[in-house]
Formats: sequence, structure tokens, C-alpha cells
Amino acid sequence: MTELSKLTIADARDSLRKGDVTSAEITEDCIKAIDAADALNAYATKTFDIAHDRAKAADVRIKTGDAPDMCGIPLGIKDLFCTKGVASQAASNILKGFRPEYESTITQGLWDQGAVMLGKLNMDEFAMGSSNETSAYGPVVSPWRQQGSNMDLTPGGSSGGSAAAVSGDLCLAATGTDTGGSIRQPAAFTGIVGVKPTYGRCSRWGVIAFASSLDQAGPMTKTVRDSAIMLEAMCSHDEKDSTSSSVPVPNFEAALTGDVRGKMIGIPKEYRLEGMPDEIETLWRDGAEMLRDAGAEIVDVSLPHTKYALPAYYVIAPAEASSNLARYDGVRYGHRAKLEKGDGITQMYERTRAQGFGHEVQRRVMIGAYVLSAGFYDAYYRRAQRVRTLIKQDFETVFAAGVDSILTPATPSAAFGLGEMVDMDPIKMYLNDVFTVTVNLAGLPGVAVPAGLSKDGLPLGLQLIGRPWEEADMLNSAYALERAAGFVSKPAKWW
Amino acid sequence: MSIDKDTARRVAHLARIEVAEQDLEALAGELSDILGFMEQLNEVDVDGVEPMTSVTPMDLKKRQDIVTDGGYAEKILSNAPDAREGFFAVPKVVE
Repeated sequence: MTELSKLTIADARDSLRKGDVTSAEITEDCIKAIDAADALNAYATKTFDIAHDRAKAADVRIKTGDAPDMCGIPLGIKDLFCTKGVASQAASNILKGFRPEYESTITQGLWDQGAVMLGKLNMDEFAMGSSNETSAYGPVVSPWRQQGSNMDLTPGGSSGGSAAAVSGDLCLAATGTDTGGSIRQPAAFTGIVGVKPTYGRCSRWGVIAFASSLDQAGPMTKTVRDSAIMLEAMCSHDEKDSTSSSVPVPNFEAALTGDVRGKMIGIPKEYRLEGMPDEIETLWRDGAEMLRDAGAEIVDVSLPHTKYALPAYYVIAPAEASSNLARYDGVRYGHRAKLEKGDGITQMYERTRAQGFGHEVQRRVMIGAYVLSAGFYDAYYRRAQRVRTLIKQDFETVFAAGVDSILTPATPSAAFGLGEMVDMDPIKMYLNDVFTVTVNLAGLPGVAVPAGLSKDGLPLGLQLIGRPWEEADMLNSAYALERAAGFVSKPAKWW
Repeated sequence: MSIDKDTARRVAHLARIEVAEQDLEALAGELSDILGFMEQLNEVDVDGVEPMTSVTPMDLKKRQDIVTDGGYAEKILSNAPDAREGFFAVPKVVE
């Protein structure tokens, strides 16, 4: 058997159950692919001993005949997830050497179902970034290249290692997390599927916090079907996360009929940005056509507060981050700065954080401290929270009018070159999240689906936004779109 | 709202991040740009709008105020840069 790492979860599951292949064989193939792909810098930590053990155990369990769908499936895990005894650093130097004594609820659930851990995936530091360039491990390089170019491209961020690993076939699927678009933007940049579930679907316990009211984990996979399978395995009601929901988790895969007849799909006019490349505009129009051809009704909708989503996000997320990241003080875990004679505890805190946090993280923590500080709280933070209410109401109005899902581009452009944005104003980089960030603010589910190629041969994605808790319906529309778009391109192996 | 060097110094201290004196000017510029971007929010009429504090309308769950976890100090201390005799050790806090 060769190239087993290219399998989808669904195909691997079926082959494993038939006995055509073993988890040990698939795992071994993934390990070979990972070892041959160091140039991509997707894996920050390789856990091959654990992978071998879990694959062996999975094969025994599969033979008994009652193995769950994820049993024996080799996965990559974003470095933001705490994994017991395995480095979990959020791609930050401040957590250097941190080996959690506990396992995140999501990863524990995946291991309980028999999934196999290949390693920890690179990302933007503390998930703050859209290009993977803020990582303490160095940037991830996308497996994709523009036609006729050997320029290194970003896989997107913050879940860039996950995106590169899935699109480069260095695992069957990966976990990601999404605070403002960190699953959907990299998925779109690398031609894979990424789902951000409704806020509260997946437990945040043991996932290193960035902005707690926005953070949600989700699957990054090769197909919509795989996302449906893996999402179900990641969802749970968890006593350890007070915002985790007890809404029942349906069988998402069973919802994938591809039948969207009579579904109402909204096209929000505010997402038509000035200066948006023609190819994005065309992709979006084509996507709407495909859903119309499949029997859906396409309607124009309005989300009037869209333009305020990014500024609201860049108040709320840094504010929550400054609070969440206060725990990195050099006392309980990770890095502690060496002190000079006479230095006290304040110098220890301040130097530890100056040395341990990268530039973008420092910038956001300081912005957060500022907008929460006395005298500015009402002007910035409270105002942003009120604007957030309006953004959420925009969606509620559209859904109340009968719209089932909203179709938008996933990103305003195809992937850009590594280093291309370095000297740009940080706000330019923030614009990457323009189509995705509203979804986090409103707590809704969203999915990025590969739908076409740019003129340079790079993947472009569309986003479907669903009603709260209606991931099943949203994924079914995504499935119809995936089938109609027929995206089959893979990056040509150069690494 | 433009941030001056003194405000940048104060914000860095609030965030407990050491910033060298010669870097404060540039930091002030960066923070001002980002805050300028946020100024757009002032265009929105938010009169009578409640701030959103939770995504799904739900009350946080309550439970009995009893110990449900713990009793493993060694695990808690296992990642500490400096742990001694069952405690986290830090530089002298009180003279």
C-alpha cells in the first residue's frame, strides 16, 4: 500500500472496518510523509511513539467490530490543545518546556474514540495572526505554490500548521481553533474544509485561551463528509466548561444528503467589498449559481453592521486576551526571565513577558489593557460589546426571514507570500478576517469549502454561515456546494 | 485618540511588559494606529443597545460550593520554573 496518508477519514474508516488496511499501516505512511516534509514546518512536535501505540490499540479494537468512526484515524493536533505529557506551547516561547499534566476535553474524546495522535501542529503564537508568521517555531510554509513560481506562500493562520498538514497529506485530518477566522481562512488558503461550530458546541477546557467569548475549536479535513464525522467526535457537553452547551449532538454525517431543494441561501450585499479581486467576486457568484442549480433559492440579504465587525473584534479579542494571558507571569509554568541583583517581582513579571511574548502578542495584550483601563472601558470595550449585539441582531433578522444559510467568500484574496505583509500596517493583516470575524462575534457556525482556483492556481474558498446549532443543515449545503464545485486540485509536491 | 510616549509607558506597565525607553515612541505610534481603526465604532448609534456578554442566552450553571478536584500539589508544581517544598518560589514580594 502506498500513499495511505492521502485517504479521507470516511474512506479510511470503511477500509479499516473491511480489514483492507490497518491503522498501523496508515499511521506509518503518515509518519513517512511527515518526516519527508520538514520543509513545511507544519509539525512543531512529532509524537510517533504515541502514534504507534495508539494505532496498535486501534487495530485491536477495530477487530472487535464495534469501533467508533474515528478509531484508527491518524490526526494532527494544533499546539493550542493541551495534551498530557506532550509539549503544548501555543507556539509561544513563554510556554517553552510546558508539559500539561492533563488532556483537553476534545483531544481526550478523540483518543477515547480510538484516534491516533501524530504530533502537535504549528500555529500563530496564541492563535494571534493570519499568516503563521507570529509562531515561535517559525512560519509554516504552504504546500501550495503559484503556477510557475517557487515563492513560499503562507498557509494562512492561525491554524496554519493544521491547514498545511491536511492539504499536504501529513495526516488524515487535524484539529483547529477559530477566534476570528483561524480555521476558515487557512482552510480556504489551502483548499481544504474547515468548520467553526456554534459557540458552545465544543468544550474549551484544556484549549489554551485567547478570547474566551469567541474561541471555538473545530475540524480541518479533506472533505465536508470528514468534517461532519470529526465534528461529531469533537462535540460534547462538558461540566468543566461553563459555556459548553447541552444541546444534543446530532449525527452530522447522516444529514449529508446533498438535497438543498427549497433551502433559502442569503447573499449579503455588505460583503461585496470595494477593490475585491474579480476572481473572488466570480467565485462567489458561481457558488450561488451552483446552489441555485441544486434547487436552493438565492436571496439578497443585508447585514448592515458588517463594516463594524473588525473594529469591534479588535477591541473585544485583545481585551479578553489581555485578561487570559495575565496568567503567563513566570511563576507557575513556562519561561521565567533571569533577574539582576536587586530586581523584584515586578521586574520578573515584566521581563518574563517581554522575553516570552512575541511582538504581535505584546501589541494585542497592551491594546487590551488599554481598552479595559479606567476611563476608556466605556468608550471602547462597552461600546464594542454593544456593537456586537447589533451584529448578532443583523443575523437574527436574516434568519427570522427564513434564510437557512448565508453564502460569502471565505477570504478577500488567495494566499499571499510569506514575508509579504511583514512591513505592512497590522490593520492590513487584520483585513484577512473581514468575512469570518462576524461569525465569531455572533457565535454562529461557519464552514469554508474549497470552490475554485485563482488565476495563479491557488485554492479559493467559499464560506457558508449557518443558524445557531444548525451545523447539520449548514454542512449539507456545504456538501452540495462541494459536489457542484468538484474541487479536486492538490498541491504539486515540491518539498 | 492618539497615544503619547507617557501613555505607552503606562500601558506597557499595566500589561506588565517591559519596553525599553527607546522603543516607546514606536509603540505609541503602533497603538495609536490601531486605536484610530477602532474609532469607527463611534459612528454607530448604540443608544439603548445592551452590551452582548454571552453568545447564547443562558445562565451560567451553578453547583454546590464544594471541593470536587485537587489533592495533587506535585502535578500543579511540576511545570514551575522554581518550586520548593511544595510551593511556587518567587523573588521577595514584601521587604
